Amino acid sequence: MGVQKTALYDLHKSLGAKFVPFAGYEMPIQYRDGIVKEHISTRTHAGFFDVSHMGQFFLEGDESLVEALEKIIPSDLKSLQLNHSKYSFLLNDNGGIIDDLIITKTNKGFCIILNAACKENDIKHISKFLGKNHSYFLNNDLSLIALQGPKSVEILEKLIPGVSELKFMTGNNFSYDSESLYITRSGYTGEDGFEISISNKKVKNLIDFLIKNGVKPIGLGARDTLRLEAGLCLYGHDLNEKINPVEANLKWAIAKKRKEAGGFNGWSKIKNLLTNGSEKIRVGIKPEGKVIARENTKIYSYNGEEIGFVTSGTFGPSVNRPVAMGYIKSEFSEIGTSIQLEIRGKKYEGKVSELPFYKKSYVK
Amino acid sequence: MSEKKFSKKHEWVSLEGDIATVGITKHATEMLGDIVFVEVPDAGKSIEKEGQAAVVESTKAASDVYSPISGEVTEGNKAIADDPGSVNGDPEGASWFFKLKIKNKAELDSLMSKDEYDKFCKENPN
Repeated sequence: MGVQKTALYDLHKSLGAKFVPFAGYEMPIQYRDGIVKEHISTRTHAGFFDVSHMGQFFLEGDESLVEALEKIIPSDLKSLQLNHSKYSFLLNDNGGIIDDLIITKTNKGFCIILNAACKENDIKHISKFLGKNHSYFLNNDLSLIALQGPKSVEILEKLIPGVSELKFMTGNNFSYDSESLYITRSGYTGEDGFEISISNKKVKNLIDFLIKNGVKPIGLGARDTLRLEAGLCLYGHDLNEKINPVEANLKWAIAKKRKEAGGFNGWSKIKNLLTNGSEKIRVGIKPEGKVIARENTKIYSYNGEEIGFVTSGTFGPSVNRPVAMGYIKSEFSEIGTSIQLEIRGKKYEGKVSELPFYKKSYVK
Repeated sequence: MSEKKFSKKHEWVSLEGDIATVGITKHATEMLGDIVFVEVPDAGKSIEKEGQAAVVESTKAASDVYSPISGEVTEGNKAIADDPGSVNGDPEGASWFFKLKIKNKAELDSLMSKDEYDKFCKENPN
């Protein structure tokens, strides 16, 4: 398969995007403003992100669909209300994370937003657990636009009345340009905002409106600095199939009922880790000074013992300091623990830090 | 100061007596994007021509800065280490990286003039 483009490719080009290959797509890494300005625009005003490369995967079926999905997704899908969303994962037999995702209850079943790089493999995995009364499809006729930042609600409400009533992690159908579209109040930046699922035919009109209302285009570069400041994981870096939700410090995303009753992939292992703790755990890291600890930077204890590694690291424009996250032996995971980071052969001081680095402002 | 000379790795150098001032080019900063970390060498460090001398990091990635000429470092520019973003503002002026006492002025002959460098950038856009 050749390199794919989203429906907005030409528009990105006209906005001065620099493209990079990402998960088989040509995606904008930044526009004319550059990563830092794009990041700040999102935090102080509003930005839009074309995330149409992500999979919009729809499942339909009878009541047995919930049971099938609960084998691989540790959410309480049985109790999930219509139009409510949960952050969760697809798990393998060993409790490892195949992908992280947002699952939303729809009229006919569920919609799952999958990472672009994982979506094909995810669908193969999910389909193994489905029965003949279940159907599924990846909707490639839909674009997905994230609108993020404190002004998002005011701007989108002008175009699509009613969106301001959505609470964080809920969604609904709205009408726009004589078409039905689905909007959730969610995102990946630590800001208030929306994710808008809209047909490839209408998406350009929506973007034209947003641009006219001062919303800036934001590339993958700022998407990464925003999510890292917000302490959110990036699959393939902070999460992978060898890491389970307890190690990833994401046990909050396993439903309480499911922790007790189990019945999902890797449960016996996860149950054991929930009781006894894991050997390593994901933490936030603040390097001292300005040095940036990037992915694969080795972490040492104060006594020189190698105790972990960085999985994401960058400069955080809103916190105005370098930030990172990584995995560290659990006995060193207490907030404030002094560590050393080996960068270009030199050791730099750092501290285990609370996550997120940047405080969220979701509408609850 | 002498006219600036340029390297294929996007450093510039200008000479005053036997002291060379080295920095990265405007073109380099445009490719890098927002600069968020700079490490400059300490005075006294010996550096060979094309040897690794400093580090510059943007929001995207880390890159080494090489010295286009051999010599002993007399000064690293602490101002840019304290304010890395300033390199995006004036890379070929106030935001120089380090100064060197040079060993061999003839090494400058292998570097490019401004016109040659501009042509080189056009032919090698990345």
